[in-house]
Parts: sequence; structure tokens; C-alpha cells
Amino acid sequence: MKADTYKLKDFSSFTKDIINVSGEKINNCYQCRKCTAGCPITFAMDILPHQIIKYIQLGFEEKVLTSKTIWLCAACETCGTRCPNEIDLAAMMDALRQRALATQYRNRIGEKGTSVFHQEFLSSVKSNGRVYEAMMMAKSRMRSGHFLTYLLRGDWIADIKLFIPMLLKGKMGMLPHRIRNRKEIKKLFKKFAIGRKV
Amino acid sequence: MNTKVSYYPGCSLRGTGREYGESAEAVFKSLGTELVELPDWSCCGASSAHSENKGLAVEIAARNLILAKESGLKDMVIPCSACFQRTKVAEYELKENPQAYPDISYNSEVNIPDIVSFVHNKIGIEAIKKNVIKKLTGLKVVSYYGCLISRHPKITGAGNFENPTEMDTILEALGTEVIDWGYKTDCCGGSLAISQAEIMQKLVGNLYDKALEAGAECIAVCCPLCHANLDMYQKEISKRFKKNYNTPIFYFTELIGLAIGEKDIIKWLKRHLTDPIKLLKEKNLL
Ligand code: SF4
Ligand code: SF4
Repeated sequence: MKADTYKLKDFSSFTKDIINVSGEKINNCYQCRKCTAGCPITFAMDILPHQIIKYIQLGFEEKVLTSKTIWLCAACETCGTRCPNEIDLAAMMDALRQRALATQYRNRIGEKGTSVFHQEFLSSVKSNGRVYEAMMMAKSRMRSGHFLTYLLRGDWIADIKLFIPMLLKGKMGMLPHRIRNRKEIKKLFKKFAIGRKV
Repeated sequence: MNTKVSYYPGCSLRGTGREYGESAEAVFKSLGTELVELPDWSCCGASSAHSENKGLAVEIAARNLILAKESGLKDMVIPCSACFQRTKVAEYELKENPQAYPDISYNSEVNIPDIVSFVHNKIGIEAIKKNVIKKLTGLKVVSYYGCLISRHPKITGAGNFENPTEMDTILEALGTEVIDWGYKTDCCGGSLAISQAEIMQKLVGNLYDKALEAGAECIAVCCPLCHANLDMYQKEISKRFKKNYNTPIFYFTELIGLAIGEKDIIKWLKRHLTDPIKLLKEKNLL
């Protein structure tokens, strides 16, 4: 079903944008909370999935786009699979993340670590055509919070303790795997203007 | 009979999930299916591309679909559940909204079943049974399917997505004692393991508890991200919850390999961070 079957004129530009980009019939939600009941991440979320939907309907842009929830959603698709109104909340979360990055809310990301992880992941793919797990993991771990905390809390020791056996067991290469046609990948990133700084 | 199918390994199977790639390639070959790697395949975009840009997520995965189409082979196998699901999402989007992707000409030319269904339906339980030379008798195992091999069913085409049974049937054919449990399709946290380790630890700790309560000695998986989260952090998770988890996590392809007598089995098992060899020796299976 297409989002344009809605009468969107009564909604804020925020609500319309999320409905259009996600393609989900967000206004059909009748707050049964089945999504929230099955969501594995609720214990860590600041706004529950069914509440996110309600806030979108009501146009509470700032509240939603600065929430932790939109970054903590693991895209496990449990909610979308079970929603009686066939709303795919994971697609909706994607649209929210994309709008958060594209608006002034990019400076107020609710969960910076996960956002940084995605950025490092994509920057690795952009340069190699494949992800270089070792470098991507190291860089996103270092950048996910305050670097000083990372050093002082000893997080780096835990990371090294994990990386060494991975290296020894051949799970981590010393060099990235690169594809031949990296030009094609760079073109795609350029086309969609991905290369943000957080 | 030797069938050829396209094969998309994905980045994990060349890194953290190396033994999944190695075991899948070997087992498929022994069971009569040749995996032909897509030439110059690229990353599927994983959980990151769709978080940042829908167009990028679809078109980067579509590059591999086009390569598969050009290979001329009818089927493609993608062992990693995350790569599988992202590729299926691209297939679905290109079918439902082709007007949004004018640069891409792909019309579901390649058939992409999930790897567990492929082994279950195309290779077949009978063929597996015929090749078993060492029954894995007495090994108590739960199958853990995770999220993305079956969800969203409109994308994956999965039938029994709340209670899948195909991996259970495969493991039974190997002679293992498969234990039923209610956490087959619960989430392991996926890529949150890197940015939000504590969330992943809580989810995975719960999976260990439920598997052990059900009476399992080990867990079988079909995804390199599930494997990484369940296998690599057991020490850390034990420390955090003051438990002593020591539960081997097997790729289902490794267990097939063990039963049909693949010679590289030890090499694969040695790559695990939670030792699976001790349990197998205790059970006289190695
Ligand atoms: S399951 Fe669907 S209808 Fe029910 S609250 Fe969630 S989004 Fe709304
Ligand atoms: S897709 Fe996101 S919101 Fe939905 S159940 Fe999974 S983690 Fe929760």
C-alpha cells in the first residue's frame, strides 16, 4: 500500500515526511501495544515503540528525533511482523534516523554511539567496497563516547583482550579486503550524498 | 548430480564468521551443490546503510543482485542472515517500487531462498542422512534462528516465522537430540554489540539461561552475527551476571560437517572463542 492513499494535508511536515519516506501507514495505529509487548529492547529505550508512533501522529518532532529509541531499535522486525495493522516500525525507525541526521537534530542525537558505529561502518564500505571489521570496530568503539572515559574506564583493555584472540584465531585480518570496482561504490555514496560528520 | 548456485559470502564470512563460510562451502560441496562465489561482490550495506539512507541501502545491495543475475545461475545462497535479509529487502523494494530506482534493472531474476530452507528443501534431509557417517548421538542442542532469516516474512517469504522448525529437522537427521524452546527467533542485539555492549549482553545472557533451562548443552546458529554475539563475549557476560557460562555455539553447517566426516572440522572449531572441542570429546564425537 502506498502512503499517498492518505489524506496527508492535516499533518505536520514532520508526520508527512515520515509517512512518505517509510511508506508506512502510521496513522492506522490504534495503540494496541503489541509492538512494544514483543520488542526486545524496551528495557533500554526512553520512549516505547507504540509511543513513538503516537508522537509521530501528533507531530512531536523534537521529542522523537532526539530520543535514544530511534537508535537503539535493533531492526529485529518482531514488531512489524506482529502489528495487526501491518505497520513496519523498523522502516519507520529508519525514516526517523534519516530525518534526524538531515535536520538540525543531527547535533542532538540521543544515542551517539550507535550513530557513530553506522558512520564508521559506512566509511569503511565506502573506501573498500567491503567492511573491514577490525578497523571499523576499533574506530567506532573509540569514538562512541568520550575518548577520555574510554581510556580511563579501561574499556580499551577489554577491547584488546577481545581483539588478540580474534587475530590469533584468524577472525581478523591485518589488512582490509578490497573490491576491484571501488569506483562504482564511491559513485553510489556520492549519489546519495553519504559522508556525514557527526 | 552437481548443482551450481551463486554464492554471496558477505564481509563477516571473510572475517569474524570465517568458519561459517569454510564449513558451508565444504558441506555444500560434499552434498552435491557447488557454491560459485559472485565475482567482485560488495558489502550489502548491513544495518548501517538503511539507518542512514534508504536509496543507498537498496542500490548497494542491488549491485550484488545484478552480479547474480549476470552469472546466469538460477539460485543464490547467502549464509549470513543479515546479508540475506538486506538483499531480500532490495529485491522487494525493486519489485514494489521500481519507479523509485530508474537506474537499476532487476526483476527478481534470481531465486534467493534462505540457507536453512535451501539445505532442508533443495539438498534435502534424505541426502544428508545418506551421508552421515557418524551420528551425533547424545548431543543436546537447541536451534537458534535469530531475527533476520525469517523476518519480515513479507520480505523473506518465511512460512513458519514464529516457530521455525527446519534447522531442528536438519539437526535431528544428524542424530542430535534437538530440544524445543521458546527463544528460537529472539534477538541477539545484532550490531548493538559494538555500540551498546550492555544491551547485547543482557539479551544474550537471557538466551544462555533459557537454553540451559531447557536442558541444552550447546546452541546451533545460522548467522555470523548471532554467532559472534553468542560465542565471543561469554567470558564478559559471565563476569557481568556472576555466572559461569561455557556453552559451545555451533554453526549448523559445522554440525553437518562433523556428522558427514569433513576433514577440516577441527580447523573450524578452533576458531571459536568459547571452546566447543571439549564437549564433543566428552561425548565421544571427536
Ligand atoms: S502493534 Fe501496530 S497497531 Fe499496535 S500499537 Fe504497535 S504500531 Fe500500533
Ligand atoms: S524492530 Fe525495533 S522497535 Fe521493533 S521490536 Fe525490534 S527493536 Fe523493537
